[in-house]
Amino acid sequence: MDEPLAITLFSGTDDKLQAAAVLTAGAAAIGRPVHIFLQYWGLEAFRRNSAECRETRLAPEAGAAGFAAVEALAAAGQASWRETLEQAKAIGDVEIQACSLSMDLLHLTESDLDPLVDGVEGVTAFWLAASSGQVVFI
Amino acid sequence: MTIETAQTLDARHLSCPMPIIKTAIAMKGLVSGQLLEVRATDPGSVKDFAAWAQTTGNVLLESNVQDGVYRFVLRKK
Repeated sequence: MDEPLAITLFSGTDDKLQAAAVLTAGAAAIGRPVHIFLQYWGLEAFRRNSAECRETRLAPEAGAAGFAAVEALAAAGQASWRETLEQAKAIGDVEIQACSLSMDLLHLTESDLDPLVDGVEGVTAFWLAASSGQVVFI
Repeated sequence: MTIETAQTLDARHLSCPMPIIKTAIAMKGLVSGQLLEVRATDPGSVKDFAAWAQTTGNVLLESNVQDGVYRFVLRKK
């Protein structure tokens, strides 16, 4: 299985980041290269040190019960989305690139980004990397 | 002839996809033909280990459950 998987990570809430990290790790485990393109609020979540200092944020549909369920799973030792992505990178071919338009939007430079991010690219480079593989939008 | 398990991995209480991720990491440290035994409690792991073995070419020799703990034995390809 070496067909590439491309993920455009647009959302920055922890539940969607976790879903993206789980999909990435699963693909990496079976040998599929994964290319993640960080856009808008997905990119904002990858500010350097943001994982330690920000509160849990979830999609609106989570509600209070959803929030409690997510917190309970985290308290039980579930790996964070960041840890899951680190592990995915350790076992497979996972590349994380920041969308250059979103960098402008958020007034970010490369030094503002989490070390998990491999670089900055435009949409043309993203589509080249995605080639004929599947694209998932989160 | 019995082939001894080279390594045992305790993946109990880890949620998806960590049992598979830890397994992939552990398998990297083995040589071809060696066996890895994994214990997990994630209910998705039965289908996941079968799928992982199928796609990576490693062989799932055993897959069973006892007292809510899944046990898998894999042979590195």
